Amino acid sequence: MSGLIIGLVIAGLFVVVLIWFVAMYNVLVRKRIDCDNGWSQIDVQLKRRYDLIPNLVETVKGYASHESETLEAVISARNQAIAVSSDAAHAMEKGKAEGALTMALGRLMAVAEAYPTLKADTSFLNLQEELTGTENKIGFSRQHFNDVVARYEESRQTFPTTIVAALFSFQKRDYFTIENEAERSAPKVSFK
Amino acid sequence: MSEAALYDDQMRERIKAYPGTLTYVDLIRRNKRESAVLVVLMILLGGAIGAIMGGAIAMGASSKDLAASAAVGGIAALVFAGFGALWSWFGGSNAILRMSGAVEITPEADLELFNVVDEMRIAAGLPMPKVYLIPETALNAFATGRDPEHAAVAITTALRQKLTRDELQGVIAHEVAHIRHFDIRFAMLMATMVGLIVFACDALLRTSRYGMIRGGRSSNKNEGAAMIVILVVALILGIVAPILAKMIQMAYSRKREYLADAGAVELTRNPLGLAGALRKLSEDAEPLVEAANRGTAHMFIMNPLRTSRKARGERTSVFSSHPPVSERIARLLALTR
Repeated sequence: MSGLIIGLVIAGLFVVVLIWFVAMYNVLVRKRIDCDNGWSQIDVQLKRRYDLIPNLVETVKGYASHESETLEAVISARNQAIAVSSDAAHAMEKGKAEGALTMALGRLMAVAEAYPTLKADTSFLNLQEELTGTENKIGFSRQHFNDVVARYEESRQTFPTTIVAALFSFQKRDYFTIENEAERSAPKVSFK
Repeated sequence: MSEAALYDDQMRERIKAYPGTLTYVDLIRRNKRESAVLVVLMILLGGAIGAIMGGAIAMGASSKDLAASAAVGGIAALVFAGFGALWSWFGGSNAILRMSGAVEITPEADLELFNVVDEMRIAAGLPMPKVYLIPETALNAFATGRDPEHAAVAITTALRQKLTRDELQGVIAHEVAHIRHFDIRFAMLMATMVGLIVFACDALLRTSRYGMIRGGRSSNKNEGAAMIVILVVALILGIVAPILAKMIQMAYSRKREYLADAGAVELTRNPLGLAGALRKLSEDAEPLVEAANRGTAHMFIMNPLRTSRKARGERTSVFSSHPPVSERIARLLALTR
């Protein structure tokens, strides 16, 4: 009789631990999916920017055709950025190419400042707001990606979920960081 | 709004009241815990009123089975509350948008506003909510819906025009934070619950009067004494409960406002945008009478029923739907240290 009770207690404990394990596992899987989602959301915004650029270049060309050097720099930076695969393995390369594109676009916008008729063009103004909006969205989608990675990593590294993470080998996820030195460092000013 | 304008001497004193390590993560955790306690209190109150009402009715009918009647009353109240919750679940947000006169707009109508909403929902990892404009001269904004998949943000045209992009981002981030925290659902259910409690207490007062008249005819002395005790309790509860429910709802609403302010900073990483917008909002004293009433006041970013006397929001009472603005700004600026 007492053997039966002990057996039942052990079985009960086993079931409780099992349920607890499944719950922990599901938490980790859900957070890992959030990471994948967050990553693909960045791609959506990057893609949006690629699509905007040809229109922007055409519009600027209409007013400032002799700025062809700046325009070509934007086109080639865009094509280089598209060429880099957007999977996590090429994150650093992609970040660099996107940084170069952002800089080229910045130069284009600076050039546009010198053309009052261009700045008054409504389709240019719309494109400009679209582009600013898209660049903000790229930034916020990266911020969101880092937020979900932080939540995933917190679960992966803290007790008790860390046991389940180790058992089922949940891989470490890297944060998105800016690898482009030009983008990261503030301009240096020297007084000579 | 310049940064310097936000930091007057009074504000510096207020900021000092907050510990230096306070982050938005701490604020969210603390507010969530306290909010949970408030909801439980609310539900217990509703059940108790139903039970006492059942008892009072049983007394009026000279029924011997007081406990059973009380149980029936309690269950009936919970079922009633359940139906109310279902109604607000499926129809509540549309009713609120209709009442406020909000008009849904397309990206072509206001690209910048759409971009700001899109940016904030991306930062929160949510689907895109519907965007509404309220054609009003008062300054206000609110969010509604039952979950992030069925959410909407609304802003008055006057507020839309008055804010800089950073401030607009702060306001929208505050509303998106309400969506993200499921405040929009809680606020809607809470409003329904409070409405039901007020209604039930009104019914309770009527039934206890009925019980009093009938109970007075009882021949048994002991039974008569017990009845009087229960009737007195019913009367007190009928008067006190609606007041208490309102107080709980408003305490809850104030907590949620702080929580949404903290959540907004988590999204924008820029407390100054929202702080500047709140300052502008507090300087506007025009009440939003057309679009809001006592029932929906707690859903707005700033109490829409404010008058010029209360506009600065320096003083708060247990019936305030929003914390004092200066307190909210102080908490935001405390995050910039």
